[in-house]
Amino acid sequence: MRSTPDYYSDVQLFRGRRSWVKLAVLLAVLAILPLILPGYRIFTFNYMAIFVIVGLGMNILVGDTGQVSLGHAGFLAIGAFTTVLMMTEVGAPFLLALPVGGLVTALFGFLLGLPALRLQGPYLAIVTLGFGLAVTQIIGHWELFGGHMGLVVPTATLGPISLSGDVSKYYLIVGTALVLALCARNLSVTRVGRAFRAIRDSEIAAATMGVNVAYYKTLSFALSAAFTGTGGGLLAITTGFISPGDFHFLLSLMFLAMVVFGGLGSIPGAVLGSIAMGYLNLEMDAFEELPLLGPVLESFSDGFMSSAGLPNVGWVVTGLLIVLTILIEPKGLHGLWIRLGKIVGRGGMDTDAATGALAGAGASSSSPGSASAGPGGPPAGGN
Amino acid sequence: MAFFAVEGLTKRFGGLTALDDVSFEVERATIFSVIGPNGSGKSTAFNCISGIHRPTAGSVQFDGEQISGLGPHHIARRGIARTFQNIELFGNESTIDNLMLGRHQHMTTGVWRGLAMLNGRTHAARDECENRARVQHILELLDLDAVRERPVRELPYGTQKRVELARALAMEPKLLLVDEPTAGMNAHERTELGEQLGRLRADLDLTILLIEHHLQLAMGLADQVLVLNFGKPIAQGTPEEVRRHPDVIKAYLGDG
Ligand SMILES: Nc1ncnc2c1ncn2[C@@H]1O[C@H](COP(=O)(O)OP(=O)(O)O)[C@@H](O)[C@H]1O
Ligand SMILES: [Mg+2]
Repeated sequence: MRSTPDYYSDVQLFRGRRSWVKLAVLLAVLAILPLILPGYRIFTFNYMAIFVIVGLGMNILVGDTGQVSLGHAGFLAIGAFTTVLMMTEVGAPFLLALPVGGLVTALFGFLLGLPALRLQGPYLAIVTLGFGLAVTQIIGHWELFGGHMGLVVPTATLGPISLSGDVSKYYLIVGTALVLALCARNLSVTRVGRAFRAIRDSEIAAATMGVNVAYYKTLSFALSAAFTGTGGGLLAITTGFISPGDFHFLLSLMFLAMVVFGGLGSIPGAVLGSIAMGYLNLEMDAFEELPLLGPVLESFSDGFMSSAGLPNVGWVVTGLLIVLTILIEPKGLHGLWIRLGKIVGRGGMDTDAATGALAGAGASSSSPGSASAGPGGPPAGGN
Repeated sequence: MAFFAVEGLTKRFGGLTALDDVSFEVERATIFSVIGPNGSGKSTAFNCISGIHRPTAGSVQFDGEQISGLGPHHIARRGIARTFQNIELFGNESTIDNLMLGRHQHMTTGVWRGLAMLNGRTHAARDECENRARVQHILELLDLDAVRERPVRELPYGTQKRVELARALAMEPKLLLVDEPTAGMNAHERTELGEQLGRLRADLDLTILLIEHHLQLAMGLADQVLVLNFGKPIAQGTPEEVRRHPDVIKAYLGDG
């Protein structure tokens, strides 16, 4: 029997003083970070925060709804190009161009969601793969999009503030990532998030509960695409230049890998997985600069790889990391964290909350591993 | 017109006729048992009624409306809830979240309000609280409060069966379809569940369609009984009438 009728605590993110303190510390650290980091590192953080936004979107589709996508780089491209064209062709301010980019991408997400109503597993994977490839092909052959040469992104402004430096972009991008993480977390504990996860666990039972499966599947695609498209718009102003080649298939694969790596269905996991993969994706060309490991990898690369050399080593390392994580813990980083908490002797709920504060996303009530570890993660494909 | 009526319901899977011209009527606030040997089409009848299968022929009338041919979520919204013979829970979700899915059609939070649940006074938060309060009663009614936060796939089989029943009740249905609710339960649990079903009918004015393997329970609870064999109705009536029916005795004891 519950003593209090206050059921809000069931879904409340920041409960008690400790979680507020954690949030304050997180915000403070994020706020002063660009002031103490060397300039070139701020770009790394911006890039990782964009990956986090994409990861949150991937988690809604793959982790929560149990669908699969190998075409999210296509959504990233649509968001990026729409945002830039809104600025250059329509003359819209960035603050309008970015959400329009997100919304247009959501529309494409909805359209890609339609075949998902009939297809599952590998068949859906192939359709989304084709979508991602088609997007870059079409963009590459269209004069408006700058063809294969791509587009130079004009300097964005927020009212009187010019987003010319990495520091100002940092506050915008990291701020957006935090807000979107909060939104994703809220959605996951309420009716819509529950409907997504119901579809993942049993489509038949979901429909029997009155869940309109077709509606929520396409909604999940649209929402996931909206997050990714927003990430695309932010990516455009971060790199200052976009071309179809930036949105290649391996990037889609990376997006899928990062939510699996982080732990499917867990928002803190998606955040951590995205940060890790964003870092690897950016820095994989610079492996030779790593202490100790760098020279080893370099000699390995020179000895065995083609002239492309080191970049391939980066992918090999990324691939190995993913394989190892999945073999050791199918619930990814999130699962490892829970296990670590148990070994150290803290309760599962406590560690969950700690991950949440760390990720700025709060404990995800959806995370299947939060109470105790069962066999296997949630199914990735629909059933 | 009867509260619930099935007429000429037929379902064929390729060459197999799983359900062959079945008709029956159910009065409001009664318990109607469907019995019959394995493979006689009982679950298929439930699947046709709840919209999971589209009947090959026949009609289903509920509360003055023709519902056959509607999709499962439309039928759910008209007030028909069900459980499954082979448990269909949301395995990774907690007990409370499973029950909250039963509240789906009664809740109103959409994607925008869900994304923007900023504090306890927002629409999404109030929607959650009100429905959690309702679900709490059902948790306590079915003795599930102790496993409220546990992912249901970790629960014992019998408990999962109860969660499924609780989830169906959370929908506040007018008609409840229960497919072998006591499978895998021991005698004590079975008796208890039987009593609970009886009480539900009385307390909630609930109409219950019950598939039950355990004949004593099926007969004991029922106002009316339908017996299926190879998809065909072979007898229907009060438990007393059905028990004495020669075809029923043959189907259960003989070589049929
Ligand atoms: N989806 C299906 N596809 C093909 N055959 C089915 C399907 N569902 C049930 N059947 C067949 O229909 C017959 C009746 O099954 P069922 O309704 O489950 O019986 P009961 O519930 O009375 O044990 C069985 O022969 C079964 O194999
Ligand atoms: Mg059956």
